[in-house]
Amino acid sequence: MLTKKVKNRIIFLSLVIFSILIISITLFKILEKNLLYFLTPTEISNIQDTKLNKVYRIGGMVKKDSIKASKDEIKFIVTDFKNEILVSYSGSIPNLFAEGKGVVVEGELKDKKYVIAKKILAKHDENYMPPELKDIMKDVK
Amino acid sequence: MLSNIGNLLIFFTVVTSLLVIFKSSKLILSSANSISKNIYQLSILQSTFSIMSFVVLVIGFVISDFSLITVFQNSHTTKPLIYKISGTWGNHEGSLLLWINVLTIFSYLFLVFSKKFNNEFRLGTIITQNFLLLGFLAFLLFNSNPFSYIFPVPLEGLGLNPILQDPALAIHPPLLYVGFVGSSIYFSAAISSLFTNFGGKQFALSIKPWVIISWVFQTLGILVGSIWAYYELGWGGFWFWDPVENASLMPWFVMTALMHSLIVLEKRGTLYNWVVIMCLTTFTLTVTGTFLVRSGILNSVHTFANDPSRGLFILMFLSVMILFSIITFLKKFKLQNYLIETQSKETLILLNNWIMIFFLATILIGTVYPIFTEVLINSKISVGPPFYNTILIPVVIPILFLMAVAPRVGWIKAKFSISYYSLLVVLFALLINFLIQKAFKSYSWYSNLIIISSIFLIIYTLIDLFRGNFKKDLNNRLSRIISHLGFGLLIFFIGINHTLTIEKDFNLKVGETKNFLNYQIKFKSLDLEEKKNYKAVVGNFEILNKMKKKSEKLTPEIRIYDRPETITYEASIKSNISHDLYLTMSNIQRTEFYNIKFQEKPFMIWIWVSVILIALGGITKVFRNESNT
Repeated sequence: MLTKKVKNRIIFLSLVIFSILIISITLFKILEKNLLYFLTPTEISNIQDTKLNKVYRIGGMVKKDSIKASKDEIKFIVTDFKNEILVSYSGSIPNLFAEGKGVVVEGELKDKKYVIAKKILAKHDENYMPPELKDIMKDVK
Repeated sequence: MLSNIGNLLIFFTVVTSLLVIFKSSKLILSSANSISKNIYQLSILQSTFSIMSFVVLVIGFVISDFSLITVFQNSHTTKPLIYKISGTWGNHEGSLLLWINVLTIFSYLFLVFSKKFNNEFRLGTIITQNFLLLGFLAFLLFNSNPFSYIFPVPLEGLGLNPILQDPALAIHPPLLYVGFVGSSIYFSAAISSLFTNFGGKQFALSIKPWVIISWVFQTLGILVGSIWAYYELGWGGFWFWDPVENASLMPWFVMTALMHSLIVLEKRGTLYNWVVIMCLTTFTLTVTGTFLVRSGILNSVHTFANDPSRGLFILMFLSVMILFSIITFLKKFKLQNYLIETQSKETLILLNNWIMIFFLATILIGTVYPIFTEVLINSKISVGPPFYNTILIPVVIPILFLMAVAPRVGWIKAKFSISYYSLLVVLFALLINFLIQKAFKSYSWYSNLIIISSIFLIIYTLIDLFRGNFKKDLNNRLSRIISHLGFGLLIFFIGINHTLTIEKDFNLKVGETKNFLNYQIKFKSLDLEEKKNYKAVVGNFEILNKMKKKSEKLTPEIRIYDRPETITYEASIKSNISHDLYLTMSNIQRTEFYNIKFQEKPFMIWIWVSVILIALGGITKVFRNESNT
């Protein structure tokens, strides 16, 4: 027969282990749900249709002569020099946003050639290029 | 010239460090009862050398001596003097030297202010501290030497990124570094205490001031960084759950946990092992944070100048440190008998610690998960802010209640019960929440819950202030009341700010007017201004609040810096006690449109004030050196 103290301790320990399990499972479930995948326009052109209407981060260069603005939105083309994708965006733009410069766009993919952006990510560094894009640039050059 | 002096001083620091280790070890082995004057002298000499080397670097920046690579890469003759000086620690090499400075100064101060404790323990701490110092000095000398020489000497420097030329960013790194490096003291103390069997209450007392001081600086450092992000990044937010921000927040959680469990060790003499683990974890996390930030392994919006070889060095240092800590701990580990009643203050403090660890684990997973996916399945991902918000915010609600109630619970054996008094406070909180909704607008049940619980904490803590014999035992609880009140206010104002912020993005040409809700925003004109190291395009805006019939003028800028050539957008912010008006303007290439972001953010200033209050609690604790009830 276990003493009361030992019994209590067993109950306590199993409670702790159980709750840690529950917590970690929920933690990773929520994590999975909030992952943002980083894709290039080429990778987007290869994905399946089922992945549309999800939020992605898309990295590339802002294509030369592609920025157009109206009262409510800005449209531009992101390119990785193989494929391109049209971005429509209404929100504030970061200071290093310019044609011919690297950009990371976060938004909902409408089809393989069109994305509605929620956010354009700012970078502090004038020489900044998304690391993923650096590899691509090497191939181009 | 400066390069030689600097290198020589660094060399002297290394030598004194070795001497301190040698002399201290000899003292321990001879089991002498006092610490000889030698060690004090060496320690102060060491601080002097490292401070002098730092001064040399500052001079290098001030006189723009471009023979130093660091100065060449990060400075420019036309830069204002204050940013020449702050540029010293605005780069990797200089900041490492600052880090080393804080490390040596803290070691000396520990030696001076720990006289009433066991000498063996003190010597052990100093030895560990100097080993850490040697590690960082090696890093500095072999990888990131700020005194590296460049020949032929360039005529002009490359300049400092203008976004870093900012008063907040001038003080942000020193504050954070004192917090970071301050945690090295209790790392060393913990190691030393394991070796010298110096535990219990005395150990708690010896590290208590250092824990609080580092926590205060860490808090203020994070605050200044957030304020900077708020006005400089132009999004109007102050926390983005970015890896770099997380790196500063993770040690903060452990420090907070440690500060609380330390009270148990001090008052009740138990939890020693747990406290030691916390001590070791804090500094480990600090170095981990440095690794994540400096190695460039993480994709952050705050891109630091980074370099994989630095990462490798820090990673090696980190591995040695962690391995050594774990081995020491396991070897010296003594099973303690924990006799803690479920219904007692001890249990509640443990609960606090678990919640802090939960916060830490969540943020750590979110921060490093992308590294693993990249290495293991080669998919590039990032973890969005919703992850942190969904997991952490619900936990804040019980924390707010516990923070109000727990300090009242007695030590050893108490009885948990729900008093009518608490229910009364809850009712009162509900009422205030109702009035706020009536006055402004209604918000979701979730926001309701958070705001109600924060009001509960605020009222409960305020009543605590006037409870019992007001003057007599106020000393005992003043610092706790200030900090807990500050936290309650922080959550309250963030909640209100979040739910009541008005935000609008649009594009506008000069002379046009935009109408929405109660606002009319008129883009009146553009001015061109010529400043010392930049040109500015200044927009003149008039913002009319039709409800209040009040108009404000805001003047956001687009700045074009010449060295290095960079464009920055300066937000125009009008702060007052009830709200901030926030406006940014940016040009859109090849069009006549300007991209405008307008925000009205209620009670913004109060968020900063609340954090200052949290830190103030710690400051009063250090100065009053009071004992906690």
